[in-house]
Amino acid sequence: MTCKSHVCRTVREVVDIGIRIVHITTLYQEKWPLFGLLCHSVLRASVVLQFNAPIDKQGGNQMNTSDKEASTPSTGAVALLIATRKGVWVLKSRDGRRNWELEGPAFLGHITYHIVQDPRDRRTVLMAARTGHLGPTVFRSTDNGNTWKEASKPPAFRKAAEGEKGRVVDHVFWLTPAHPREPNAWYAGTSPQGLFRSEDAGDTWEPVRGFNDHPMRPQWCGDEAPEGTPDGSKLHSILIDPRDPHHLYLGLSGGGVFESTDKGGDWKPLNGGCRADFLPDPYPEYGHDPHCVRLHPLAPDILYQQNHCGIYRMDRREGSWRRIGENMPKEVGDIGFPLVLHPRDPKTAWVFPMDGTEVWPRVSPGGKAAAYVTRDAGQTWQRLERGLPQHQGWLTVKRQAMIGDAHEPVGIYFGTTGGEVWASTDEGAEWMCITRHLPEIYAVESAEIA
Amino acid sequence: MMKVFIPTPLRSYTGHVDEVDAHGSTVAELLVNLDRRFPGIRFRMIDEQDAIRQHMRIFVNGEEVHGLDSRLTPADEVQILQALSGG
Repeated sequence: MTCKSHVCRTVREVVDIGIRIVHITTLYQEKWPLFGLLCHSVLRASVVLQFNAPIDKQGGNQMNTSDKEASTPSTGAVALLIATRKGVWVLKSRDGRRNWELEGPAFLGHITYHIVQDPRDRRTVLMAARTGHLGPTVFRSTDNGNTWKEASKPPAFRKAAEGEKGRVVDHVFWLTPAHPREPNAWYAGTSPQGLFRSEDAGDTWEPVRGFNDHPMRPQWCGDEAPEGTPDGSKLHSILIDPRDPHHLYLGLSGGGVFESTDKGGDWKPLNGGCRADFLPDPYPEYGHDPHCVRLHPLAPDILYQQNHCGIYRMDRREGSWRRIGENMPKEVGDIGFPLVLHPRDPKTAWVFPMDGTEVWPRVSPGGKAAAYVTRDAGQTWQRLERGLPQHQGWLTVKRQAMIGDAHEPVGIYFGTTGGEVWASTDEGAEWMCITRHLPEIYAVESAEIA
Repeated sequence: MMKVFIPTPLRSYTGHVDEVDAHGSTVAELLVNLDRRFPGIRFRMIDEQDAIRQHMRIFVNGEEVHGLDSRLTPADEVQILQALSGG
């Protein structure tokens, strides 16, 4: 195993590569020591996280790339946007993904749940954040991170009527750019579970009432349940059918997978065939716990999910979920959180199994870390362990913390709750630790730079 | 006008000033006034149901207030503080 962790050696190198992160003085009143750049903005924002070069494509939001883009391998430099419990870091490589340089922190001390670049304009970047004291918000950049502003109206539930119990957004958990035909629209998922939409590139957010006020939502989300999922219930995996901006999916932890065909006006459970063994009825209509749901951009009728109760795949033409995780080795199981799809092959998917036995340790089974890949839609799985610790390797990877890029072969990356980022540039055959000692990693998204 | 102490997590909104002048006959009005001058500051400490967030505290003349209806006079001193919130 090797571990490479670098900082940029010169300003020139950074500018050449095209990513800069500096603190704007209005918040921290200090220079970014590497660049010596003073604040040149009057914004009440904290960070410059700049992508100087135009972005070719972002592999992290594959559902929104065009078919042509998704089917063409990328050759550009890769950047990994890393959201942690204590701020944001960026890893980048411009030499064919052999060496990686770590930059940051940005927004140090902010709990950052997700940072996503918009693949539609390649300039807008949104980040979901809060702090230990302050309420949830969204920071947004419309110039590739040159300047940042806070959303003037962050996601918030409607004010409750007199006598009604109101809901309060604890944190924004998930960000998804909407359909390419809706260039300024975004969706956000929150904890507790709420769906929000912005029409102005993340500046103002409105509740999607078709979900938030749906008469069945309290039952779907289990509002009356005595306990929620750890760190609160989540609305995540907001997926948009690339053929139709009105056709949406989302995941509720807990609650299940839900589908809308009218742009969020109404929703229906989509959980047939999926097990929920923590409920009296193991095959209910809703109440499931999908950890991560993915839709393939080139085959939008194919859905995968890493569920609390295994790995599943659905072909919409068949209409129900099939547990493809049954084909995983029994001693490993098929429990985990993230799931990554190959950008050009709907039959290929990666997972990162974690121990879901007895009291749910949620670490690599047996202390032997490995990803698994299927290349035949879940009929068979191959263990991918080379380079990963096979002794005392107790890794935990959250649902947003594993992602692929658009290269050939595909790069696969994951961040751990122990602050390590691991990379494979050969589709998981061999892994390398490319940074460590970061705070707990919540999310990793990939972006590509010219 | 009354003096309002701003804690460090909120000073990015006030240009890093730790004390500002604001007015209002209630805490609610004071916060609206603050938000008008420093957009976004209110939502970071008051949630959408008008409750003070779990890890924020508001004191008037040294006494903690728990709601936004508390009356204020121009001679009052308001302190907005951050509570302990873990590591």
